[in-house]
Amino acid sequence: MSPDINPLVLFFASIFTSNILLANFLGMCSFISISKDMKSSNGLGLAVTVVLVLTSMLNWVILKYILIPLDLLYLRYIIFIIVIAATVQVLEMVIDRVSPALYMALGIFLPLITVNCAILGVALFMQIRNYSFIQTVFFAAGSGLGWWLAILALSAIQKKLLKAPVPAGLKGPGITLITIGFMAMAFIGFSGMLSVQ
Amino acid sequence: MADSPSKILKENIWYSNPVFIQILGICSTLAVTNNLINTVIMTVGLMFVTGFTNVTVSLLKNLIPRKVRMIVQTLIIAFYVIIVDILLRAYLPDVSKALGPYVGLIITNCIIMGRAEAFAQSNGPLLSFWDGITSGLGYMWVLMIIAFVRELLGFGTLFGMSVLPEGFTHWTIMVMAPSAFFLLGTFIWISKTIMLKNEGGRK
Repeated sequence: MSPDINPLVLFFASIFTSNILLANFLGMCSFISISKDMKSSNGLGLAVTVVLVLTSMLNWVILKYILIPLDLLYLRYIIFIIVIAATVQVLEMVIDRVSPALYMALGIFLPLITVNCAILGVALFMQIRNYSFIQTVFFAAGSGLGWWLAILALSAIQKKLLKAPVPAGLKGPGITLITIGFMAMAFIGFSGMLSVQ
Repeated sequence: MADSPSKILKENIWYSNPVFIQILGICSTLAVTNNLINTVIMTVGLMFVTGFTNVTVSLLKNLIPRKVRMIVQTLIIAFYVIIVDILLRAYLPDVSKALGPYVGLIITNCIIMGRAEAFAQSNGPLLSFWDGITSGLGYMWVLMIIAFVRELLGFGTLFGMSVLPEGFTHWTIMVMAPSAFFLLGTFIWISKTIMLKNEGGRK
């Protein structure tokens, strides 16, 4: 059975206390390489949120009505990744048709998302923790927003860091990681308010 | 390009180490570094997947159309990850439970895809296997060091056995997520400094 958690609590918890990036280390790869630029960070954050919500709904339905009844749970990794890749592909085509302006802004980020661990991670968490459909939607939306918030905050900090005197060996990824560490500590400060795990 | 096996080993373990030079694939594994046993099992699993994915991609490289190669590679990776998952659940059920979703997340670990793209696409199967295994090794030793520090200071244990005296105050921060970022950042700092020094010496 699904755990008895209010979806709203889940939503806020996945933004703040158990942020997908800062507490679960998911979606780091694109995070570190993109976060240098505020505009791209914003675009990627939006794209991740949209794809997360769409794919987690699809994956939930497939899991519940196809994989579990047919006892094919061991195929879930392949199925999830195919669903994610296909969703990204379709979304790319739809956006291209409907709004070329949005496509220009978002287009280059979409292929990156297929290999973003956060998307697959949310699908797997939702399966392991047995969330209901509503809980899954709120959890996915919260995780996406949390990721978006984290990447925006980091890119703003990075901008300031450009002017800071950083030792030669620490420049680049080193200082970025330590900054993420401080952000993670700040986010842990929220954990007194809500906790869901 | 690196060609001889020993050169590949050196490249993957130090000069272009996947973790601290290329900053690849930290997503799925950093999360389990608060415990040495889990880290070892996770990285061995990753090594297995990288090695065999490289062999498979290398054998199939002339058969896969270029346009769909990403999705084919992902499917190959997913196939090996499922094998790892099933093996873990059969032989180490406790560890499998503790690792939770992170085993499945090996699929999206960028190292595997990166090695398949960069190396296996243009090299023979044996050499590709060696490249995959050594990349895994380069990954393993860095994460082992992080896990060593985190487990020692966070729980006072190593591989689950307690090594520090009774009165030792556990560093709660080491068990939590931020410490992994700090340690990895510091590690990158140290290794980069050593590398910069070596380069200065050579000039």
